Amino acid sequence: MFEGWPLLSVLVWLPIAGGVALLAIGRQSAVLTRWLALVFAALTFLLSLPLWTGFDPHGGMQFVERVPWIPVFGIEYALGVDGIAMPLIILTTFSTLIVVLAGWDTITDKPSAYYACFLIMEGIMNGVFAAMDAILFYVFWEAMLVPMFLIIGIWGGENRIYATIKFFLYTFLGSVLMLVALVYLRFQADSFAIADMYGLGLPLSVQTLIFLAFLAAFAVKVPMWPVHTWLPDAHVEAPTGGSVILAAIMLKIGAYGFLRFSLPIAPDASLKLSGLLIALSLIAVVYIGLVALVQKDMKKLIAYSSIAHMGFVTLGFFVIFPIMANVGFSDGGALLAMQGGMVQMVAHGFVSAAMFLCVGVLYDRMHTRQIEAYGGVVNTMPMFAAFFVLFAMANSGLPGTAGFVGEFMVILSSFKASFWYSLLAATALITGAAYTLWMIKRVVFGAVANEQVAALDDLNKREFFVLLVLAIAVVGLGVYPAPLVEVIEPSLQRVLDVVTAR
Amino acid sequence: MPMMPDFSLAMPEIWVGVMACVILMMDLFIPGRDRVITMWLSLFTLAVAAWLTIRQQWGVEAVTFGESYIADNLAVVLKVSIYAMTALAFLYAQRYLKQRGLLQGEFFVLGLFGVLGMMVISSAHSLLTAYIGLELLALCQYALVAYNRNSQLAGEAAMKYFVLGALSSGILLYGMSMIYGATATLELAAIAEAAARSGDNILYVFGLVFMLVGVAFKFGAVPFHMWVPDVYEGAPTPVALYIGTAPKIAALALFLRLLAEGLGALQEHWQLMVAILAVLSLIIGNLFAIVQSNFKRLLGYSTVSHIGFVLLGLVAGSEQGFGAALFYVVTYAITAAGAFAIIILLSREGFEGDRLDDLKGLFRRDGWAALALLLMMFSMTGIPGTVGFYAKLLVIKALIDVGMVWLAVFAIVFAVISAFYYLKVLKIAFFDPVEDNSALQASGGFRLILTGNALAVLLLGIFPGSLMAVCLAAFG
Repeated sequence: MFEGWPLLSVLVWLPIAGGVALLAIGRQSAVLTRWLALVFAALTFLLSLPLWTGFDPHGGMQFVERVPWIPVFGIEYALGVDGIAMPLIILTTFSTLIVVLAGWDTITDKPSAYYACFLIMEGIMNGVFAAMDAILFYVFWEAMLVPMFLIIGIWGGENRIYATIKFFLYTFLGSVLMLVALVYLRFQADSFAIADMYGLGLPLSVQTLIFLAFLAAFAVKVPMWPVHTWLPDAHVEAPTGGSVILAAIMLKIGAYGFLRFSLPIAPDASLKLSGLLIALSLIAVVYIGLVALVQKDMKKLIAYSSIAHMGFVTLGFFVIFPIMANVGFSDGGALLAMQGGMVQMVAHGFVSAAMFLCVGVLYDRMHTRQIEAYGGVVNTMPMFAAFFVLFAMANSGLPGTAGFVGEFMVILSSFKASFWYSLLAATALITGAAYTLWMIKRVVFGAVANEQVAALDDLNKREFFVLLVLAIAVVGLGVYPAPLVEVIEPSLQRVLDVVTAR
Repeated sequence: MPMMPDFSLAMPEIWVGVMACVILMMDLFIPGRDRVITMWLSLFTLAVAAWLTIRQQWGVEAVTFGESYIADNLAVVLKVSIYAMTALAFLYAQRYLKQRGLLQGEFFVLGLFGVLGMMVISSAHSLLTAYIGLELLALCQYALVAYNRNSQLAGEAAMKYFVLGALSSGILLYGMSMIYGATATLELAAIAEAAARSGDNILYVFGLVFMLVGVAFKFGAVPFHMWVPDVYEGAPTPVALYIGTAPKIAALALFLRLLAEGLGALQEHWQLMVAILAVLSLIIGNLFAIVQSNFKRLLGYSTVSHIGFVLLGLVAGSEQGFGAALFYVVTYAITAAGAFAIIILLSREGFEGDRLDDLKGLFRRDGWAALALLLMMFSMTGIPGTVGFYAKLLVIKALIDVGMVWLAVFAIVFAVISAFYYLKVLKIAFFDPVEDNSALQASGGFRLILTGNALAVLLLGIFPGSLMAVCLAAFG
């Protein structure tokens, strides 16, 4: 039905056009802007579904569009998706829809600009995942900062200005070095197409510099310890929708960068530096998990838990080198590790979005995120409590939920690398359970803490619907992850082939 | 027996010169205080000049007037962008000048004579032509800075500018005399030939240093930048807009004509000197911009830092590097014009609106103006989606292609530092609460022009291909 459509271009430009339209009609009517935003977000989500149904897991890059863009430098407007990008695009369109619904009647200050920012953001993020040209990728990658800067700065919490400028400068500094690396690679490969940059056989010293330049960009975005400090600030100060997009999509973009750029372009350097990356990932998993334990602010706690969960992703991507060294690359352990990382990305997208939405629901009612201000919420908000506990379980990696699958795959495969890696990674399951459940205990259970809690209203229909959809996704992915794994496996295998082809 | 000069080749210059005189005379007889006719006549002059330039000079490569005037693609690109920026300055200026009772024909006449000077520089093919063009431009600029004669600040700025400018012209002339002494010719092609034959002569390098200093002053490159912030702050905002845009293109023209064409054989000598100027400009411009509380001064220092990027393109020394510098300076001029226009928009009678604090809450006062400011600031930072990104990308690519990777890394790190103060501007405009809630008075025409300006920044940021191709073709 959608054959011959420039589907990816539509997914990039439809939401951006929607954002511009919202800005243009401006302050006319809050109701109109809301509905219009919903229409654009829903339409984009629906149009992203044909990507899934029309996708051939073994087909390589699909839905390809190529148009010369800046001919003097051979820069192309080239879009296409493989099994790595496709699920992330659907995750993006899904999350944006959720965000539009979540902000429905809580955003009263300049709603048209608010929704416009999110819609433009959606288009840009789709562009990041679909770009096959390095400069096009970079353009989307960097442009992403602008709407996020405004979202945090205008609709954020008390300390929002500090947070948003820190966020912008941190990520900007990280990514400009990547630009130098990309231009250098173009000099070597004589093409800006990402695929042409693979297998250049550059000397190790050059590869190392390129790898480090990419690392600066991606590690900040993921974020990896020790460049994670922007994330708790940005998350805490961002409005709920901003937190959801940050956690569900923007963090994934860093990890996506590792798969698309670092590993295939600089395989020798990845091998050489894999020890460092694994160490940083394990520090994120263990140490940041402990940091999360002592947080007093719910959003901060979830932000730190995001960093710990993303540690699993990067662990899965880089533990492949010791695995291949130990058992060879025909074994499948390396592939399992990467699959684990990838599944964890998608799963974390759902779970963290759900967690931030839950906190948002409480914040809208009580206007505080402090754990100590709550207690006994289950007594006044039983429906909400049920959802919150379910998502908390997923966050701590309970089998049967999405949170379990990826983490388990990574831990299982890292056994083949080293017993100690998997032991350390497995402790995250314990700390994860500890900080999440302890927060749940203090917030949800117990006696009603104060009058404000006693006066809480349970979920309204809109909130119920949003959380229900997410709950279905979380449980569905946890019980039956096979469709996702099937889609991503051939693409990851190709990445692995490039990495091992050296 | 000297050949008859080919007047038709120099039609654009002749046209602008004649029209400037005509407008000066006509203005005396135009009744009323609005000067609408004068302005439209000036714009008409520029439009016809653009048409003449493209028709007479695009695609040809010819010298005339005793080999002291050249018409080539580079001249066309330079001149047309100069016309465009000047026209923009005229359009933005009207409202500001009218409010202060400054709207007189002289503003446009001086502007047009300045344009003539810039045109002569762009087509200079001898040292003398370049110098004459430069002086014509400079004298108009001094007068324009002091245009508001009741303002002490403007008088002071004009005086500083004049003294330093005269000094730098002297230095430039001294360098030229050295080169003349070494080559016994003023004509650039002959100089280039002589330099290629015996460029290791110390006299050449001696002359080169002085000429470079003169050019660097016109650019406002560190350490010859002292006049920039003072002039930007002191001059009436439309004049600052005029000085901050088109003359930068002319300064690039001066560099390309004198140093790249005339003394191209000495490239290895000037490459290092320009690299030092560029690095210093990036450091000083960016660091000093951070602490400014006056928006015009901030833009002054930010110009200095952008000149650093332009110079880096020249350091690369390749055709692509020159093309990158040209693209950079043109797109920067477009962006800077927009930023100054925001200041004009904020100002009203008796209120300059040039403090950073005057921007407070702009987003809530006037979302449209805030959006335009956002585009300008992100373009200056070099965020993709705006044209500033491609300007920086081109410079970096040119540097990397000639193997200067570390210079590229240095430049880009300073681009991040520059992000800090551009973000500061945006923070004040978008996140700070409103203090002065009076509505911005702007005519529909002004808004239309600013919208067009912002759209240019945005659309060139999405489709930069054709402008890039034109800039590169100028050297092809």
